[in-house]
Parts: sequence; C-alpha cells; structure tokens
Amino acid sequence: MKMLRRKKPCAAGKEGEGINDLASLPMYGVCRVTGVDECAVRPRLEGLGITEGAEIVALFSAPSGDPTAYSVRGAVVALRRSDAERIRVRGSAAWE
Amino acid sequence: MGIKPGQKRDKSPAFTAALVGNPNVGKSTVFNALTGLNRHTGNWTGKTVDHAVGYMRMGKKRAALVDLPGCYQLEPTSPEEVETRDVLMSPNIDCAVIVCDASQPERSLNIALQTLSVIKNAVVCFNLADEARKKGISIDTEAVSEALGVDVILSSAAKREGLKELKRAVFRAGERGRETPAERPEIRPMWAEAERIAEKTVTRDKDAFGARQLRLDRFLTGRFTGGAVMLLLLALVFFITMVGANKPSALLERGFDRLLDIIRGALAPAPDFVTGAFAEGGLKTLFKVISVMLPPMAIFFPLFTLLEDLGLLPRIAFNLDRPFMKCGGCGKMALTCCMGLGCNAAGVVGCRIIESPRERAIAILTNSLIPCNGRFPALTLLIGLFLAAGGGFVSSLTAALWLTAFILMSLAAVLGISKLLSRTVLKGKPSSFILELPPFRKPRVGEVIIRSLLDRTLFVLGRAAAAAFPAGVLIWVLLRTGAMGHIVAFLDPIGAVMGVDGVILTAFLLGLPANELILPLALMLYGGAGSVSAVLTANGWSAFTAFQVLVLMLFHSPCMTTLLTVRKETGSIRMTLAAFLLPSALGVTLCIAANAVRQLILLI
Repeated sequence: MKMLRRKKPCAAGKEGEGINDLASLPMYGVCRVTGVDECAVRPRLEGLGITEGAEIVALFSAPSGDPTAYSVRGAVVALRRSDAERIRVRGSAAWE
Repeated sequence: MGIKPGQKRDKSPAFTAALVGNPNVGKSTVFNALTGLNRHTGNWTGKTVDHAVGYMRMGKKRAALVDLPGCYQLEPTSPEEVETRDVLMSPNIDCAVIVCDASQPERSLNIALQTLSVIKNAVVCFNLADEARKKGISIDTEAVSEALGVDVILSSAAKREGLKELKRAVFRAGERGRETPAERPEIRPMWAEAERIAEKTVTRDKDAFGARQLRLDRFLTGRFTGGAVMLLLLALVFFITMVGANKPSALLERGFDRLLDIIRGALAPAPDFVTGAFAEGGLKTLFKVISVMLPPMAIFFPLFTLLEDLGLLPRIAFNLDRPFMKCGGCGKMALTCCMGLGCNAAGVVGCRIIESPRERAIAILTNSLIPCNGRFPALTLLIGLFLAAGGGFVSSLTAALWLTAFILMSLAAVLGISKLLSRTVLKGKPSSFILELPPFRKPRVGEVIIRSLLDRTLFVLGRAAAAAFPAGVLIWVLLRTGAMGHIVAFLDPIGAVMGVDGVILTAFLLGLPANELILPLALMLYGGAGSVSAVLTANGWSAFTAFQVLVLMLFHSPCMTTLLTVRKETGSIRMTLAAFLLPSALGVTLCIAANAVRQLILLI
C-alpha cells in the first residue's frame, strides 16, 4: 500500500530487482510483462494487450491508493491491486 | 433492433456491413457520419450497449450498417464480445468495417487481425487520426493494407476527414459479398502479429503519452485534489443550473398563464365539464410540467454532456472504486449512477457494463436512489423556495450547496444500501475492476449543446408531457367527483407521521408514470392561484415540510419506465419488486425518523 501511495518517481533499476508482479511496481516505474497467472480475468487482461512482452508504466493511483492506472500499449488502463498482483513482470529502467 | 444469427434482414439494401472495433474509438461517430443518423456518443467505454442499424447511401446504392458494441477482442469474455462474434459469424453480414484507434496501432491491429480471421471481407478504418498526429504517431496505411490484405483508411470522423474514402471502400468491399475463411476460424489474441506489423508500418516521433494529459489525470485523481475537484465541479454545475433556470421558468409560467386565459375564453361556449377537464385539468398540468421542468433540464443536460464528452466520468469511477468496493459494488457503479442522474431507466440499462451478476444486481437496485432529471427541477425549485430563499448570488450559492448535499446524501444511500445488500441477500466476493481511462478530449461544444437538447431534454420532456395531460384530466375528474377528497383524507394520517400531508403522498402515487409530474400534481391538488411558493405556504408548508418532500423526492419508487426496464434487464419479478420497495421503504423510514426527531425537539 505504501508503495502505491508514493507519487514520486523512483529510480528503478536499483529497486527493479524486487519487482516481480505489477502491483509492486512503484509509480512511474517501467516493467515488461513476463506472464499472467491463470485466473478469471486473464482473457480480459489479454484483450487489453497485457500479454508477454508488453511494456507497462505505472502512471497514477486513485485517492485511496487503489486502483492504479497503467499505460499499456498506448492506452491508460485502471487495475485493482488484487488484479495487478496476478501479472508477472520484470522491472527495468525508470520512465521519464 | 437486434439481429440474430440466421435471421434474414430487410432485403432491400445491397449488402449489410457490421461496424466493429475497440470501445471508445469513435465508432458511433463513424456510424453517424456514414448513415446520417444521430446517436449520442460519450467519451467512455461501454456507451453503446445496444446495437443500431442505419442505412448508407452512395448514388443510388443503399446498404445497411449495423453498429455493434465496442469490444476489446473477439475471444468472448463479456456478453458484448459474444454478441459481436456471433453477428460477425452470421451469414447475413457481408463485410466488416473495423474501426480502430490510430493512436493505438498495436491494439487496433490485434482486433483487426481477429476480425479478419472470422470475416475476410473488411475495411480497416484507423479513426482518431488527429489524436494520433498530436501524439506524433504516423501510420503507413498502404503498408498496413498490404499486410492485412484489405483496404485501410485513415480518418478523423469528428472532423469529417477521410469519410468519403471510407464509404467508397465499404461499398467496394460490400459488393464483393461475404467471404469466409476456408477452415473454421480459431479466435485467439494476435498481439505478436500485431506488434510485427506495427513495427514495420508505424513511426513514432515522440513518447506515446502526453504530459499534459498525465498532469490533468494526476490532478483529478490526486489524494487531496481528487475528491475536492469532483465535488466542486458538481456544485458548479448545480450553481449554473440554479442561476440560469429561475428567470426562464418564471417567464414561461407567465406566458402559459396568458395562453391558458386565451384558451379558456375560446372554450367558454363549451360545456363546463369539457372546459374544466381540458383546460383546468389537462392543459394546466401540462403547462406546469413544462415551465417547471424545461429550464433546469435545458441547462443541466448540456453541461453534464460536456463533462461526459471531456472524459471525466471514467475518472470519477476510478476515484470511487475503493469506496464502492468496500460496500460490495465496484467503481463502474459510479458510471451507472452518473447515467442515473440523467435517467434511471438509462442507468439500469447501463448496468450491463458491470460484469459480475452480483454487482450488477446491486447496481440496478440502487440506481433509483440517485435523483434523475425528472426529479431535479422539483429539487431545485423546492430548495430555491424554502431552503435558500431570497435572491441574488448568495442564495443561489446556498441553493447549489444544498443540492450538492442532497446528491451526497443520495450517494451515501447508494453506498449504504449496497453494503446492506452485499452483507445480506447478495453476498459474495468483490470481482475485478478493469476500466480503460480514455484520453481527455476537447468537447465539441456546439454539437453537444444541440444534441443534448434534442436527444435528451426533448425526449425526457416529451415523455413527461405525454403523461402530464392524462394525469391532469384524471385529477380534475377525481377532484370534481369528490373522490380525491377521500383519497387525500385517507392518506393524511400516514402523511402526518411522515411530516408531510395526504396531498403530497397522493401526488407521489399519481406521479408513478413520471417523476416530473409529482410537484405539478401536488400544486394542482392544492389548487388556488398565485405563485408556487404562495400556494405551498398557504397549504401549511414550512421549510421542514419542504425538506421532508425533498427526502421523499430522492428516495421513492422509481418511475414506471424504470421499473419496466428493471423487469426487462433482470427478467425477474422479485428484482422488480425489490427495486420498487427498497427506495420507497428508505424514504418513508427516513421521513418518519426525521419527523420523530423534530417532534422530540419541539417537545423539549
């Protein structure tokens, strides 16, 4: 929760190692999808382009810290934390 | 208007084309531009829940165009996607027009490739070319056309660019007739192929998201600014409505009074019963409904449509997802509530965007707790007369704040009842919330005003007026025969417990066909001449009475149309009954409680 509430960009890279699901991606952090857990929402996530190899940036979150809006293939998509946790990612450089 | 697979349509058009594509890429705008029809478009996903059929013309040729709801993919995960796939696979569709977003090439190519695996005869239309240009994205349409094997058109339907080319291409494709792939299509995500094609055909000058859009989003969803900005905007809309509606309402009333005098004069030779039922009953009620309803509606609807066009609604849903989830609903309920502000029946239909059946049921049952436009004018009028009396800037501001407070009370009721339902009869776990936040778009002001006036205001007003005349005649007859006296006398003691009177309850009962009727009917029942406030005060209204009526106005049975819609959407009599009883029980309970508290205070 604390991670999500932080609105300052982070220097990923260093923190990049700790990121393995989308929910742990800090604000402004960039990551690449490595897979989506088998679950009910998986086909819907795939339809939005959240598939292996897609680049995702965390953009902003709601006043309560959840849901969070991500940039996915040029669109902005809001996901709840519980859904974001099902998306496996690999952290990379911070977006500027 | 629905067409089912296997069902043959009107034979006269040369061919039938289906419009498919991602949500919120201007499909409805393209549809309107091609067919000359006018469907309302809004800047959010799921606006088109039903599909319409329109006709295109080119020279002497005529073709049918089916507008399908937007979907992310053809691999069906939602009712819209199942429907889209079924329609596309039906032999009645000769060609597909794939409308997609030029500013999101991969996503567009994904849906295009999926569609082409079902129906080969198609035209791909990259719409929103102007948005793509602004983002620095350019697409080599010829290369895409080569890769996909169909015509590819770049268009900007809102600015009417590329539409002629699109129409020509659609007619070319349509006249070829349906071509289906040899083997049975297997629908699967095509992101890898989409990426491969995009890599060769799309060039990007700069980063894909606009810094300005992001700043605005951060402001509208900020921890401290998010809620405040939305409340302020709501209050501002109410303020403008309040300030703007007063004078035209009074003018209309005076004009109608004079008109009624003239009609009375002309009808003088006719028998008393005819003049009475026609002029004093039907016409007078009709005129009251119009003069009370029209001005606030004509101001509120366009303003609201502007905010909708801008793309604010999905942000509200985003901000409110957490509170709604805690109460057993989801953020999309914020969208259906916003639709409910316009019309509860539309709000109930809009609940289709909520995937989980449990959450959808909650959203349907609570929708009528949000005051629709039929109730708004009565709210503004009573607040203006009793809770924020006087005139000028300060009282308008107070009135706007009161109205905002009442709307917040509505929202609290929605949340509270949702929580109650999800704890008792509609138990279950929260599902997911996946919502696309569209880019902010500059609203087309002129068009919005005209559209919302014609489509929404006149529609709602027409419905109210159609019910007003017969209701007025009925009231006059009941009054004349003395039956009304008995009804009111019967309801008076019940009213007394609730802090209102029998007339008000009778008006609520008679107003079941349309909420717009309630206040005008009450005025008719009280009778007497003079201004609204004079009539009401003469009949013992105080600020407290007005407050009670306002609470009842927020929480009472939804109108007949809404109840029928609930029946249609849920297919369940029990749900319809619940939709009727829930708000009524809440309103009556609140009124009795408030009255009891007041009596207690008066005793002390």
